[in-house]
Amino acid sequence: MTSTNSPKLDPLATADSQETLSSEIQDISTTYEQSVQADPKREETQPRLNYPPYRSSLLRHPTKDLHHTDPETIELYSPAFGHRDVHQLESNLTIQHNGEPIGERIVIRGRVLDGNGRPVRNQLIEVWQANAAGRYIHKRDQHPAPIDPNFSGVGRAITGDDGTYEFTTIKPAPYPWKNHHNAWRPAHVHFSLFGTDFTQRMITQMYFPGDPLFALDPIYQSITDQKARDRLVATYDHSITSHEWNTGYRWDIVLTGSQQTPMEDEDHDH
Amino acid sequence: MTTNDLTPTPGQTIGPFFGYFNAAEQVHLPFENGDNLVPPGDDRAIQLIGTVYDGEGTPIPDAMIEIWQADEHGNIPNQDGSLIRDPFAFTGWGRATTDNVGTYRFTTVQPGATDEGKAPFIHVVVFARGLLNKLHTRAYIPENKGLANDATLSALGDRAETLIAKRDGKRLLFDIHLQGNNETVFFSYPGMDYPKP
Ligand SMILES: [Fe+2]
Repeated sequence: MTSTNSPKLDPLATADSQETLSSEIQDISTTYEQSVQADPKREETQPRLNYPPYRSSLLRHPTKDLHHTDPETIELYSPAFGHRDVHQLESNLTIQHNGEPIGERIVIRGRVLDGNGRPVRNQLIEVWQANAAGRYIHKRDQHPAPIDPNFSGVGRAITGDDGTYEFTTIKPAPYPWKNHHNAWRPAHVHFSLFGTDFTQRMITQMYFPGDPLFALDPIYQSITDQKARDRLVATYDHSITSHEWNTGYRWDIVLTGSQQTPMEDEDHDH
Repeated sequence: MTTNDLTPTPGQTIGPFFGYFNAAEQVHLPFENGDNLVPPGDDRAIQLIGTVYDGEGTPIPDAMIEIWQADEHGNIPNQDGSLIRDPFAFTGWGRATTDNVGTYRFTTVQPGATDEGKAPFIHVVVFARGLLNKLHTRAYIPENKGLANDATLSALGDRAETLIAKRDGKRLLFDIHLQGNNETVFFSYPGMDYPKP
């Protein structure tokens, strides 16, 4: 169970240039576009697990086919969270310390739906993110940008009866990483979601519109289809912006369809 | 995404900065007793423990594992308190991160059968830096009569072995190989898309 191998944190980190990476990304994209043009059924809606431009994916993706199956027993249910678990103020990432964090105050608002369009009610959403300088509170983050003593970058919320959620936070900045030389991630907020079935569990990243780093980023581009990538980009929404206080973004999230029958849904109504 | 489009939102990697929990700090996702579904001193307690490996057999020190399971009688939990635990209530869900040598640990109960004769399992979901989307698998309880006639396991042939935990006293051992000869079987459920080149 224990191993004497010391873990290699970045076994495949290389000095490849952005030009090399971008041309790999472009090649995959061109091949994908041609394949979908030939057969629209090949449209992809999720990231590839094997995406060589994201070097760390090379040894961390299964090479055998995933086994298709229907969910059984516990997989048709999900853990329960409520206001016992999450205080309402936890959705405001700007009031966790004594002072105001530095940066652009934003509100992110949206709904969580299942694949049948039903709201995912009273379920946990967690977010975590870098601060306005692109720095995480994390022992492994060595980016020499300032930590903000007034910003931890973590929030939780429980969705409403209509599946809505809202976070008040600070717009995160892009940050460098070690995939290749001069690699930068587009600004993003990490989201963690639960549905009514545990098979709907998901973790993803929300991006901001018009980020100039989109084309250069192998994590975002691991979703080969532009329509699918667009589903991770929030929309600027002036109706969420409030006078002399915050700008606003809207981002809705769709989980895979619940496999619960309506009767099970009622029995297990939380 | 703000249209009436009901295509599932894509996943993305959890990345390296999902956080940690220790006596001094709670950072991001991990939380106090997230890995203790029951208190370690509980009479019923067993440990589910394993190491997560990459395709070269190197342990993965930046993975997050969640489990979801029935209680020892096979009842499916349905009460809140999954984050802030009541030691007398079993919520069935846990979250742990791998340590510096890729090992995760949960203190839990051995799940009972949810239906007469059904082989019990602990559902396991894996997130990691370098892993672009979640992976679902199952840790089946060993030495159970239901294993022999479980349709899912039968369909997997020899690879079914990767899904059956090994017993070591009060421990259930369940290693996870993301890639390689011993690659763990991962499941894809209706509606999920795992595109391949
Ligand atoms: Fe990040």
